[in-house]
Amino acid sequence: MTNRTTDATANPEETSGPQVERSGTATPAAPGARSANFTTTEMMTIAAARLLKNNAVCFVGIGLPSTAANLARLTHAPDVVLIYESGPIGAKPHVLPLSIGDGDLAETADTVVSTPEIFRYWLQGGRIDVGFLGAAQIDRFANINTTVIGDYHHPKTRLPGAGGAPEIASSAKEVFVILKQTARAFVEKIDFITSVGFLDGGDARVRLGLPGNGPVVVVTDLCIMEPDPQTKELTVTSLHPGVAREQVQAATAWPVRFAAQVHQTSPPTPAELENLRDLERRTAIAHQRSVASGSSSRPRRD
Amino acid sequence: MSPSPNATITSLPDAIRSLIHDGDVVAMEGFTHLIPFAAGYEVIRQRLKSLTLVRMTPDVIYDQLIGAGCASKLVFSWGGNPGVGSLHRLRDAVEQSWPVPLAIEEYSHAGLANAYVAGASNIPFAVLRAYTGSDLVKHSDRIRFIDCPFTGETLAAVPAVRPDVAVIHAQKADRKGNVLLWGILGVQKEAALAAKRCVVTVEEIVDDLQAPPNACVLPSWTLSAVCCVPGGAHPSYAHGYYQRDNFFYQHWDTVSSAREGFNAWLQRHILDTENFDEFRRVLDESISEQTAD
Repeated sequence: MTNRTTDATANPEETSGPQVERSGTATPAAPGARSANFTTTEMMTIAAARLLKNNAVCFVGIGLPSTAANLARLTHAPDVVLIYESGPIGAKPHVLPLSIGDGDLAETADTVVSTPEIFRYWLQGGRIDVGFLGAAQIDRFANINTTVIGDYHHPKTRLPGAGGAPEIASSAKEVFVILKQTARAFVEKIDFITSVGFLDGGDARVRLGLPGNGPVVVVTDLCIMEPDPQTKELTVTSLHPGVAREQVQAATAWPVRFAAQVHQTSPPTPAELENLRDLERRTAIAHQRSVASGSSSRPRRD
Repeated sequence: MSPSPNATITSLPDAIRSLIHDGDVVAMEGFTHLIPFAAGYEVIRQRLKSLTLVRMTPDVIYDQLIGAGCASKLVFSWGGNPGVGSLHRLRDAVEQSWPVPLAIEEYSHAGLANAYVAGASNIPFAVLRAYTGSDLVKHSDRIRFIDCPFTGETLAAVPAVRPDVAVIHAQKADRKGNVLLWGILGVQKEAALAAKRCVVTVEEIVDDLQAPPNACVLPSWTLSAVCCVPGGAHPSYAHGYYQRDNFFYQHWDTVSSAREGFNAWLQRHILDTENFDEFRRVLDESISEQTAD
């Protein structure tokens, strides 16, 4: 049921395996910059993809979550079930969707249901193992803001808003969050709680009686953070190859806690990199084609 | 009871003129797929004002209507340009009240989808397990909580959406005005059945819909007007007919980023064109100019 074929046209020079032995003292990499033979963005996506188990039922946000979830499907988790809020259940897109409702999602899905049904029967119905979200801002207790910077009624920056996230964050059994780490995104206090993490920590979320367990991991381009079992404060449990603790602190507006034992994230394997790059190459070609066809406003038959 | 007449098969300008009025609550739905853009252009062309626009994802269609000054209120749950970024006209209206102040009533997708279901079900509100802990509750008196009369559990309630007019695009209608749509369905069926009146634009009108038994068919007698507008969902897509025009969505980011550029685009493409066919011709010209640069 799952297309695991890789692109035969892949450039072998670009997809050959890591050439470096990584250590904790390797040259720090700037976010998004190419470190050795992979970028920090690739590391982030791959580290997040690894966490998604085969056969998990995953409610997927657009953007980075969709990239990571599809990479998982193309590597170690061929039977992961991807659900998009527009209605596709069991989507197996050939390329990454640009919008949450791309036709490829519907064509490759096991079934397509209406949007009310997705939220009522499938998410609220308790059938989602993992909700996979991005964020504009996040705080130390993994509360997420995608609504507004500044005052709600007199906004400095109006962001797109909630979408499906509040109920994904509250109803999915577990939540994964993926976003690039900057001091503007990892803030002391978010301006608006769009989607609930652990509120002010401790047992605050449990007391609210939400159905799901909340965020279990935040994956960034620098590290992996997990909520402390007691306080629920996000704690660094793994640093990506070549990343120093100071870099994580510099990209976080609150004093960062590190776990007693901080692991080092395994660098991408050749297979992971090859699959990710093939996926992104196919996606670029497909959307380039859309651009070309879009140069005429005249719709045509497929 | 008066009988429910079938939909009138008519032109898009006539349908908009007779069915949408200043101050109406209008829901133009379609979740990325089948967005009724041609109908949106006609609403702008007819200079309708003070509309309350309802839509889960305002998308470029409402960015255009808001920038053109047609709306006084927006009811929504996610207001971005999908795959691109911000909706600049929406942001300018919310942040700077340009061209006119825009009130907002904001939900999550689950909330607004359920509100349409309540509207179609003819009940005053929807019940869902949602919003607990979210600041959306603090800024809206339209999201409240009730206790379940059977278990005591606290649940969220949102009022039903009951638009004056729903506008949707679909693949096919037959000659009686029965409408068939497929692919990503979003909340179109719920919007159509929640509304007092419903306008549908379609890709084609055929003798026989050839719809399988469980297909999404809106019977003609649930609709007000059916208009044949091929390409009417562009730059969104119509499954089986044409793909999403991602270039247009990216291009819109530039067109809409400043008021002057937006106004020039609006004048040339919509206000100075007679109808959707002419709009398409002018858009082809302007896109050719773009790509020739």
